Amino acid sequence: MNSKISVKALSQNAPNVQPTGVPDESIYNDPHIYDPLTLEHAEEDGNDRRKRRFRRLAEIWRRLRRNKLAMVGLVILAVLILCAIFADYVAPYKANQFDMGALFAKPSRQHIFGCDNFGADIFSRLIYGSRISLRIGFICVGIALVIGVSIGALCGFFGGVVDIVFMRLIDIFQAIPDILLAIAIIAAMGPGLANLMIAVGIAAIPAYARIVRASVLSLREMEFVEAARATGSNPARIIFKHILPNCLAPIIVQATLGFAYAILNAAGMSFIGLGLEPPTPEWGAMLSTARGYIRDYPHMTLFPGLVIVLTIFALNVVGDGLRDALDPRMKR
Amino acid sequence: MIKYIIKRLLLLIPVMLGVSLAVFTLLHFSNGDPARASLGQNASEEAVQAERERLGLNDPFFVQYGHYLENIVFHFDLGESYRSHKPVTKEILDAAPATFKLASLAVTLAVVVGVPIGIVSAIHQYSFFDNIMMIFALIGISMPVFWLGLLLIIFFSVQLGWLPSSGFTHFNQMILPSIALGAQSVAVITRMTRSNMLEVIHKDYIRTAEAKGQKHSVIIWKHALGNALIPIITIIGIQFGQLLGGALMTEVIFSIPGIGRLMVDAIKARDIPIVLGGVLFVAVAFACVNLIVDLLYAFVDPRIKSQYT
Repeated sequence: MNSKISVKALSQNAPNVQPTGVPDESIYNDPHIYDPLTLEHAEEDGNDRRKRRFRRLAEIWRRLRRNKLAMVGLVILAVLILCAIFADYVAPYKANQFDMGALFAKPSRQHIFGCDNFGADIFSRLIYGSRISLRIGFICVGIALVIGVSIGALCGFFGGVVDIVFMRLIDIFQAIPDILLAIAIIAAMGPGLANLMIAVGIAAIPAYARIVRASVLSLREMEFVEAARATGSNPARIIFKHILPNCLAPIIVQATLGFAYAILNAAGMSFIGLGLEPPTPEWGAMLSTARGYIRDYPHMTLFPGLVIVLTIFALNVVGDGLRDALDPRMKR
Repeated sequence: MIKYIIKRLLLLIPVMLGVSLAVFTLLHFSNGDPARASLGQNASEEAVQAERERLGLNDPFFVQYGHYLENIVFHFDLGESYRSHKPVTKEILDAAPATFKLASLAVTLAVVVGVPIGIVSAIHQYSFFDNIMMIFALIGISMPVFWLGLLLIIFFSVQLGWLPSSGFTHFNQMILPSIALGAQSVAVITRMTRSNMLEVIHKDYIRTAEAKGQKHSVIIWKHALGNALIPIITIIGIQFGQLLGGALMTEVIFSIPGIGRLMVDAIKARDIPIVLGGVLFVAVAFACVNLIVDLLYAFVDPRIKSQYT
């Protein structure tokens, strides 16, 4: 750690991601690659640019592939996504196919994870549940990403009153632990899938806003942004074309880890009875039901939790791997 | 130093005003009639109207918010619960000790276990111990509080019958909840300690200390840990805040009469004064923890202390 590290930077709740993604200095100094006046890569056409982008992606993929844990995580995620898409073909039973003869059945060949209190097959319910959890993850991250990145970019780029007003708002949001914030929003709007996603999504906004703001602040003074201003690009163009692409790395990492967080928070809310109600095959709701039978039928608790842990684990290692692959200097 | 603390506390006032206004607005426009919730389903329409008048629910929004603030500032009064009709302040203060005890035990566990493991892992990087511990830490980070809590109950309460699964008066009732709540923090702090120690261990001044023949334990504990401590303290502070949120789940699982359970029950019963008071209380507690963390920096690092003027 740098000895001159400021207390303020540390005490902010941002995860251990530094604003990076600033391209290598040499790019700007080489007029062959980068023409500071036109802000275009001087002697290349669209085809070259596509090639260059592809080379960069290939390099990131090569670095990611060396990370064995991240690869394990990617495989788990791929299986999960395939299960969610093809649930109708993968799941041996329907999610709410109740078999009174199989109440609380222990794991067996017919029901590999056993059955629940309605005689529904737990394995099948978990597969159908993956649809809900993945949807929650995507939409929550989407909400937080769009609003958080917009706020962060505006505050960082314009500064002044805009910055003060929005950042004080973010301060207020961050004064409440995010699961509590989500609970307060649910308390106001009532339970349900849509409200759950909005609540968890809103609670995650501050992290994105802070990361993007910090990156934009450091990029704003760079020469290529100055050049864009000098050539008369309007702010929207500068933000979308020149600044945001350069702080993509920390945003991608935060989105991956945020995906895990959203699934975890949503499952937690369902678990305490403020999210989705039990007949829905949501993982947290399944655990909530299982809690009532914990003494006699522990298999009902075991498998849904195992699936949650596996999913979160996969997202965490992929997020860590991406952080290292996207920017080798961030490597811990 | 005193000046700095006062400044921080004063800065807290606008944030808390914002928090109270945000949550008040949110809950004000939520559906459901508090007067009806207060009297029950069988009350007559006239009685509900009278209750609305008594609770001031017919006043304009800002008048209501003004009254609410006035009562907090001058009377330390957060209103009364719709369900129990007891003052919210009393309900919260009754529930707070359990939550704080739980969160403190979990943080203590996290520090006592996490920091030493992190240090040993860093010293013996890529050893068998390091690899095993890092895998444990990765699993720990991915482990939801609510599932770990249930697993602990299955194993230690149901199968072995060693520890009780509910209540919070005796020490043996506190063991399982603290482990459930603290496990994730143990993992986070272990990883953080390890990575920060690794960063410090290879610095020049450590090599100098080694070269002049300093004892190994002194190098690790004094020279290296001293400089790795700041980010570790930051993480501990952040963890404490997260634990206040996680405590909520733990309290539900282990039937602990703390703030979390109070709030979850209140939300289900639409008991808005309790929800509002609970959020405000946790926000203040969270802010105090952050302040204490910032003061700890000064304690560990004299360079930072000189900035606090």
